[in-house]
Amino acid sequence: MYDFRSIYQAKDVADAIAALQRDPEAVLIAGGTDVLIKIREGKLAGCSLVSIHELRELSGVTMEEDGTLSIGALTTFRDVTYDPLVQKHLPVLGEAVDQAGGPQLRAAGTIGGNVCNGITSADSASTLVALDADLLVRGPAGERIVPISQWYKGMGKTALTHEEILLAVRIPKSHYQGWTGHYIKYAMRSAMDIATLGVSCLVKLSADKRRAEEVRLAFGVAGPVPMRAPHAEAVCAGLPVEAAAARIGQAALEDVNPRDSWRASKAFRLQLVKELSGRAFREAGRKGGARI
Amino acid sequence: MMQVLQMTVNGRPVEVGVDPRESLLDTLRNRLGLTSVKRGCEVGECGACTVLVDGKAIDSCIYLSVWAQGKAILTVEGLQAPDGTLSPIQRAFVEEAAVQCGFCTPGIIMSAVEIVGSGRTYTREELRKLISGHLCRCTGYQNILNAVEKAVELCHSHAGNEA
Amino acid sequence: MEVGRKLTRVDAVDKVTGRAYYTDDMGERPMLVAKVLHSTIANGFVKKIDVSAAAALDGVVKVVTCFDVPQIPYPTPGHPWSVEASHQDVCDRLMLTRRVRYYGDDIAAVVAEDEIIAQRALKRIRVEYEELPPLLTPEAAMTPGVTPIHQECPDNVLKHTVTNLPPKDCPEFSTVEEVLASPKFHRFEGHYDTQQVQHCHIENPISYAYMEHGRITVVSSTQIPHIVRRVVGQALGIPWGQVRVIKPYIGGGFGNKQEVLYEPLNAYLTTQVGGRAVKLELTREETFQNTRSRHPEHFDVEAAVDDDMRLMARSCRAVSNQGSYASHGHAIVANSVNGFRQIYADVLGHKSEAYTVYTNLPAPGAMRAYGIPQGAWAAECLMEDIAHAMGWDPYTFRLKNLMPEGYVDPTNGITCHSSGLKACMEKGAAFIGWDELRRAYQNQTGPIRRGVGMSVFVYKTGVWPISLETASARIVLNQDGTVQLSVGATEIGQGGDTVFCQMAAEAIGIPTEDVHIVSFQDTDITPFDTGAYASRQTYVTGMAIKKVGLQFRQKLLDYAAEVLDRPAEGLTIQNRAVCDASTGEVLRTLEEISQEAFYSFRRSVHITAEDTNQCKDNTFAFGCCFAQVEVDIPVGKVKILHLVNVHDSGKLINPALAEAQVHGGMSMGIGQALSEEMKFDSRGRLLNGNLLDYKMPTAMDHPELHALFVETDDPTGPFGNKALGEPPAIPVAPAIRAAILNATGVALNRLPMSPQYLVEQFTAAGLIGEGGKDHV
Repeated sequence: MYDFRSIYQAKDVADAIAALQRDPEAVLIAGGTDVLIKIREGKLAGCSLVSIHELRELSGVTMEEDGTLSIGALTTFRDVTYDPLVQKHLPVLGEAVDQAGGPQLRAAGTIGGNVCNGITSADSASTLVALDADLLVRGPAGERIVPISQWYKGMGKTALTHEEILLAVRIPKSHYQGWTGHYIKYAMRSAMDIATLGVSCLVKLSADKRRAEEVRLAFGVAGPVPMRAPHAEAVCAGLPVEAAAARIGQAALEDVNPRDSWRASKAFRLQLVKELSGRAFREAGRKGGARI
Repeated sequence: MMQVLQMTVNGRPVEVGVDPRESLLDTLRNRLGLTSVKRGCEVGECGACTVLVDGKAIDSCIYLSVWAQGKAILTVEGLQAPDGTLSPIQRAFVEEAAVQCGFCTPGIIMSAVEIVGSGRTYTREELRKLISGHLCRCTGYQNILNAVEKAVELCHSHAGNEA
Repeated sequence: MEVGRKLTRVDAVDKVTGRAYYTDDMGERPMLVAKVLHSTIANGFVKKIDVSAAAALDGVVKVVTCFDVPQIPYPTPGHPWSVEASHQDVCDRLMLTRRVRYYGDDIAAVVAEDEIIAQRALKRIRVEYEELPPLLTPEAAMTPGVTPIHQECPDNVLKHTVTNLPPKDCPEFSTVEEVLASPKFHRFEGHYDTQQVQHCHIENPISYAYMEHGRITVVSSTQIPHIVRRVVGQALGIPWGQVRVIKPYIGGGFGNKQEVLYEPLNAYLTTQVGGRAVKLELTREETFQNTRSRHPEHFDVEAAVDDDMRLMARSCRAVSNQGSYASHGHAIVANSVNGFRQIYADVLGHKSEAYTVYTNLPAPGAMRAYGIPQGAWAAECLMEDIAHAMGWDPYTFRLKNLMPEGYVDPTNGITCHSSGLKACMEKGAAFIGWDELRRAYQNQTGPIRRGVGMSVFVYKTGVWPISLETASARIVLNQDGTVQLSVGATEIGQGGDTVFCQMAAEAIGIPTEDVHIVSFQDTDITPFDTGAYASRQTYVTGMAIKKVGLQFRQKLLDYAAEVLDRPAEGLTIQNRAVCDASTGEVLRTLEEISQEAFYSFRRSVHITAEDTNQCKDNTFAFGCCFAQVEVDIPVGKVKILHLVNVHDSGKLINPALAEAQVHGGMSMGIGQALSEEMKFDSRGRLLNGNLLDYKMPTAMDHPELHALFVETDDPTGPFGNKALGEPPAIPVAPAIRAAILNATGVALNRLPMSPQYLVEQFTAAGLIGEGGKDHV
């Protein structure tokens, strides 16, 4: 039994927004895999819930006319991974969320929840940051798009206001077409774990597959929020793939700021940043056809 | 405060009054007497409470019962044939010595039901990933994997024979 | 032959259908729910507790605090007890305590109508503490002048023992120290540490208690129902016969439930609410914080070896962090140093010293293999380091120094009646391809390297002569010629019930299928047995079952002789019938004899047999582990490529279940080796007390597990069998450590060998970093 005061099951998005407006203290619950645990821990005990768990309209992946991939916020990790559009155009994202928790959690946890909880270790986060995804939200005043670069506002904090709901994660065509990517989740176990470090690297190769024309590198747990590595990206842009692979790790050390915690030391995380950036780059390059 | 839910549980329609604060785990155990659904951590880390909701394995400890309205729930109690015959998965667990203390067993069997039901075959490594949401301290997963592998094979050869 | 059959478990069908009932699946409903308030300091005193706001909450039935409970200190370990005060366990627990000894200590309890009300009530209890600085390490606790954690123990040293076995009849050396210092030998020293790990049985400890006929019944997930009865009686200060304990199926124990945990408090709480049923179930977080674990131990060891690879002498100083309460206390580290000593024969002498020190950590207790994994870690790290330094093959080095058959332990007399260790090593080496791999792995470079390593162990069977070994069994005939078997020994997942049936069947001469086990223990009904621990049950309970089975067989034959009017000596039981022993002719089916016995107008007898067997023997089981690993140096990851355990556990009663036991032990060993560790902050607060942050390996973190056996026929085992349940966990960590050493040349001296520790050590060794060879 969970210690919450009430639960309101919203009938549609507008209904959910209205419910949030009525109760400034209400907590929005989607897949439940984070919120219920916080209730049990006592952090949210006694709260009232607005549930959007059953809003089917918010799940599923679609491609819009301009090629933008739109992933409904309530699409579970599992459904992201197995979605044919994701597998065809964005395999790196499917692979990344396929490493969250275990199978049962991936059948319940949603990509929207993963983005809205604002945590740096979220398995979708570094890849979505590397993809420079857009977040479509709706509130009482209507819809707005928040670029993911402006989404994270600190540990557990996002740009989403209390009365807003994330509708979809959108990836414009130019953000994925021509790019290949690879995500490495480094954790203490191979399943049921949170990342010690998450590294996502996207690369756009030259036509001859020998140069990295553009590189996008993003991390989870290398700082308080998921982050891009602009210095490393700049260093590697235009380099031959081998040279980029050799330099990216060292360069990334200038971008990150991991902390010492009981889970892992700063020095250890820096070593991982250095080593795994190169590995993620190489794998991304290989997927794009580079011989590396 | 009580709310009445309609679900299909182990193939039969069920109407049950629940406290909306209940997890599906609570409802299945305490109101429907389906005690195969075990509580091991209450936060989705151990997998002992795994049941199928509309065919998908989920941790029932972090699933509110009110979300199960209108859905089909399957637990280990629903696997035996009406004449008492064990399902191929249950049989494989018995024969492969995949059961020890038995506490994680019903949950893993439910994941295996989904695995076998997919109609696919899997490598050993894929099976490891598919059962990685279950913690077991007795078996090292060795005989559990053997049992799941065997059940997959059994069901495939069976399906093959029918076709 | 019923013994040796690969039977499926007698409880398997119930467990795959959800019909095997565990504590929470039974009982009257609804029950009141009890929740415990835990301290938020690690060391100090409760000055005041204000429960008024909690008690006023609607639905709260009772609040009790450390100022209310009986002030009778009681012991908690699942030891047999002794009528001699000097052999009794340390009594240092109260159900709720004013003297706070660890972060999370039990200071009050709430009984409420439901769990949420109980939780809310806990939050409303106001506590005032007087806080003392937390003493988290033995060094801190042994600092002169600190406030004792237990008044009875002013220096915080629960016990300190020395075992000195100096050279005998040796003109050259008179002490172990002299041997170790001698320039004639190569001298080595090592400093090794083990970590605090947890059992992680998937069912958390749970009990419920109620009163009936003025007595207290406790239904509990325990390995030791008869001991729980005794301790509940002791803790409440009531006659032990006033307590009834029932043990249903349990979801794993591994030693944690070889301890009386919350049963006394649960029993007390039902007396405080008029005998209404009260359930006390721990959360996973409480299981980590408030129940037992494996002792962290520190070892300083030395050895002298000659040029012939012979161990001349070793010494071992072990310090065990006992945490806040004595629990199993010094018995654990005493076992560690014994295990360190026993596995190898030192030519000249041996000396060991062991300390058990109270600190302000959650108290460790019994855990699978009871101190031996720690002792074996030290022994095998030392052997490996010597071999590495001397350039010796670690396999040959070990072979030269193994405990010989016929060995008699000089301190306790435990004798090696049979040893298949050498054969185990041969089998394991052949399986892994030892010689080829050792050759192949020389002179590696690059960031990814491979290695192969091994380790060996010895493990005694049961607790005699250190403690009492006693077991009883009862066999009752049914009308169809089948029997019920009832024992006080417990099924805890290991397969006890199945092998008990096989052993009874073997003794009586009937098929195992005709033996029905009474699985649940109920101290009102079940014959006495101290329970599941020390890998004792197939040995000690097995002796009782054999004894009672033979008595039962004789009674059955005697009755048949009466019916048939021919001497019992010429009769035998086979094929579910009483037969002529020489011709095999079927004289009467067992069903016919049984019907006669039940319903005869001439003489109706309900044939049963029941007896006690006090076991006054012990024997050593052996085994080894071989591990092949791949080390990813730059990120500190170890992948186990192949892992094999080979065991000499005597004759196997059920090879299929034996193999499964070995898998589980190996799995625990993998966790201990690479990932598991309870972590605390500077205040003594457990940081990772849940299954997400405590890294118990998942299916994806396991290699294929291979379990092989060398079956010796032990002359003391009831069926030639020896210890099996615990040993598989022992050799895995040192074997993996040896394999990493082989791969990288880096000796890791503490557990777990987790990635960060590896990266630190590889960096220190120059394998990572500027100029390192990690980039190819």
